[in-house]
Amino acid sequence: MINFVTGEHLLKKIIIDSDLDQARQLEEQMLVDVAQHGFSEAEVFAIKLALEEAFANAIKHGNSYDAAKKVQIEYKVDSTQASFCIADDGPGFKPCAVPDPTVDENLEVTSGRGLMLMRAYMDEVSYNDRGNCVHLVKRRQIADEVA
Amino acid sequence: MAAEGSRMKVTINDGLTIVTLADQRILDEVSIAKIGDEIESLIKDQLSPRLIIDFTNVTNMSSSALGMLITVHKRIREKNGTLVLCHIQPAIAEIFKITRLDEIFTISTTVDVASEVAQL
Repeated sequence: MINFVTGEHLLKKIIIDSDLDQARQLEEQMLVDVAQHGFSEAEVFAIKLALEEAFANAIKHGNSYDAAKKVQIEYKVDSTQASFCIADDGPGFKPCAVPDPTVDENLEVTSGRGLMLMRAYMDEVSYNDRGNCVHLVKRRQIADEVA
Repeated sequence: MAAEGSRMKVTINDGLTIVTLADQRILDEVSIAKIGDEIESLIKDQLSPRLIIDFTNVTNMSSSALGMLITVHKRIREKNGTLVLCHIQPAIAEIFKITRLDEIFTISTTVDVASEVAQL
């Protein structure tokens, strides 16, 4: 079940179950919103990739697919930037404790690349103190439009 | 050749196995695990597997998919085989570059080039 609550200043708040299908459905709606605000194809791709990783982290690692736990999303898109807060009901984690997957000794480790991909593709990636809520920001490159 | 419900097309020719991934998006855990299992079943009985994975159709990939590919890569290396990836679209190539996985995997432009590399 997806609950839409429209708050003030176009901030949208949604709560979904720990279900990747629901997350994907919501993600598609958010990406339509992003595209309608003039973000480029490459920017939409970047946001999609980051959202995929954020939802996977929240549902798989945060909530452990527990049906009793929810994922809360707040997002806002305008013509300058898109920002997303994705929070799970899990205990949280320490991002600084995630090993760098690009150092030689970790190159063949099979996990741990989600966070680095989010950082690579978004302009801002930050977590709350508990580590159960990620904040993602992508700024729209308006220079292309001027050129 | 492909099993029912398969997420890939498989061609075996002259000892070379070519897997063309069918999905545009390789994102969710279940699909990724299924792809990994299918590839494992293809190579498990081969002494020195020579495998090409064709990414022509793939436009989106998650970090979990990268993990699956690393597992396949290790498995083939254990068997002294060869794995070559090909037809990787620029946006996906960027993911390999950012994660430095382009330094681990052998990546070719086309199936033909990949076939030549895999035959070496």
